[in-house]
Amino acid sequence: MATATGTHKHPNYMMIFWWLAALTVVELAVIFLPLSKLTIGVLLVGLALGKAALVAMYFMHLRFEVRTMGLIAVTPLVIATLLVFLLLPDGFAVDHKSFTKKPAASAPAKH
Amino acid sequence: MSQAAVHSAVEPAETPLTPESWGKLGMWVFLVGDAIGFGTLLASYGAMRATSADWPSPYEVLGINLTAFMTFLLICSSVTMVKALEWLGRGDRIRCRTFLAYTAIGGAIFVGLQAYEWSKLIHEGLHINGNIWGSSLFGTSFFLITGFHGLHVTGGVLYLLAMIRYVTNRPDPMASYNAVEIAGLYWHFVDLVWIMVFTFMYLL
Repeated sequence: MATATGTHKHPNYMMIFWWLAALTVVELAVIFLPLSKLTIGVLLVGLALGKAALVAMYFMHLRFEVRTMGLIAVTPLVIATLLVFLLLPDGFAVDHKSFTKKPAASAPAKH
Repeated sequence: MSQAAVHSAVEPAETPLTPESWGKLGMWVFLVGDAIGFGTLLASYGAMRATSADWPSPYEVLGINLTAFMTFLLICSSVTMVKALEWLGRGDRIRCRTFLAYTAIGGAIFVGLQAYEWSKLIHEGLHINGNIWGSSLFGTSFFLITGFHGLHVTGGVLYLLAMIRYVTNRPDPMASYNAVEIAGLYWHFVDLVWIMVFTFMYLL
């Protein structure tokens, strides 16, 4: 919450900075790990969300705001997650092999 | 009545659920709309990539050394932004302006590096309507999303320069605290979005 002068409490910004820098280094290291693409993807998204949460909570002072602001701030994340789930079926519905095996020019069309 | 109401620069909160500053609430609402825009762009990028058979490997085409540095630069600029606010809260307008200037310089360097990256990639064969590595939508989405973010950074640099003038014109440091904090929200949002763009477009 704001103080009597309208200013916020100021957390240890340098600590947040080192956390963000360290998480970025971890992100760069993760892509070279001998793990499956899915595992690497989950790790990268988790790290990115962690960094975003640090920026929002401490740099944007969301941690010190009223709950209404937090609810407003979370809205796009909820909508984006819904959008991803809505679009997921498209990814599964496409047969990627159909792109790679192009029919020969002289081959008759199959119906 | 809220304690913050004792200062004229911060409006009184009407209820415990409403913030002290309506300007801050307005900026949050704007940022939420902007975040939905970026979220839609990134989700569409994911959908296009998932349904494409010849999507190039972003890591191999784009490289990450330069963009990793650009990420670090934006994180540094976020720190200088909060430092500017912290100094203003302590009543030091000169240090506040100095840190605002550092933040603007960081943003300007970021935009310059992005222009360099774009020109290098265009020279190598990545275009908005096609490329030599695979799906043409790869280039389209890359230039659209990074360009949209770059425009935000450019706008942020201009906003910061305006804030330096705003602080300069107000002898009472507290008279500009709320406005600088609102500008900071915008700048940190630009940093936050880049964290997502860097992960989804360069690393994944």
